[in-house]
Amino acid sequence: MTTPATGDAFTTRFEGPAPEVAVSKDMIKRGLLVAPLLIAACAVIWGTDGALSSAYGIAIVLANFGLAAALIAFTARISIGLMMGAVLFGYLIRLALIFLAVWLVKDTPWISLPALGSTIIVTHLGLLFWEMKYVAISLAYPGLKPTDS
Amino acid sequence: MEAFSVLVGQASGETAADAKNIAAAAGAGYAYGLAAIGPGIGIGYLVGKSVEAMARQPEAAGMVRTTMFLGIAFTEALALIGFVVFILLKFA
Repeated sequence: MTTPATGDAFTTRFEGPAPEVAVSKDMIKRGLLVAPLLIAACAVIWGTDGALSSAYGIAIVLANFGLAAALIAFTARISIGLMMGAVLFGYLIRLALIFLAVWLVKDTPWISLPALGSTIIVTHLGLLFWEMKYVAISLAYPGLKPTDS
Repeated sequence: MEAFSVLVGQASGETAADAKNIAAAAGAGYAYGLAAIGPGIGIGYLVGKSVEAMARQPEAAGMVRTTMFLGIAFTEALALIGFVVFILLKFA
């Protein structure tokens, strides 16, 4: 997978499949699997507004993961020095996008901010811990790496 | 801090509800700002070391990138918690 041009951080680049895209796709799949459960839980606690806000929060978190992975994968093909810059600026840009996404809907009648906030935190951390389990197993025991089947 | 003092000073002539709103807005701003600084430093350090590792040992890049991505996401969770505190203080 790795084809470095030289040993220098500014000119080294990586072609081939990007592992963060695979990790991100895994998390998005699992996020979509547990989304009905989270939405139902929020619907029970906060009603219809909670369910809609929860769905919106899950969409924000999954888009955030996808964007982060896409940014790293795209820039790693150019240079890992550029990747570093893209990750740092990407962090700022993604925070700004999340703020914008919440700011745009904060006054709409269907939004429940406690439901939205708790969904963002629970989904983000939950998916990470879930994925970390598989990644830790893969790194320690490559033979146990989960397959597509 | 000066702006905050001015706001509080202005609030002294206002109602208690206004003062509470101003304090909540200031608190929310500090919560968001401070919560974003730590992860910013953490992500910078994390990615810097990962780039160093990949440049030094390109054959391990796949493993480094995987753990780097998860590390970034975990670090970012701190900023998201700060953001949620911000929206709850400011907009709720």
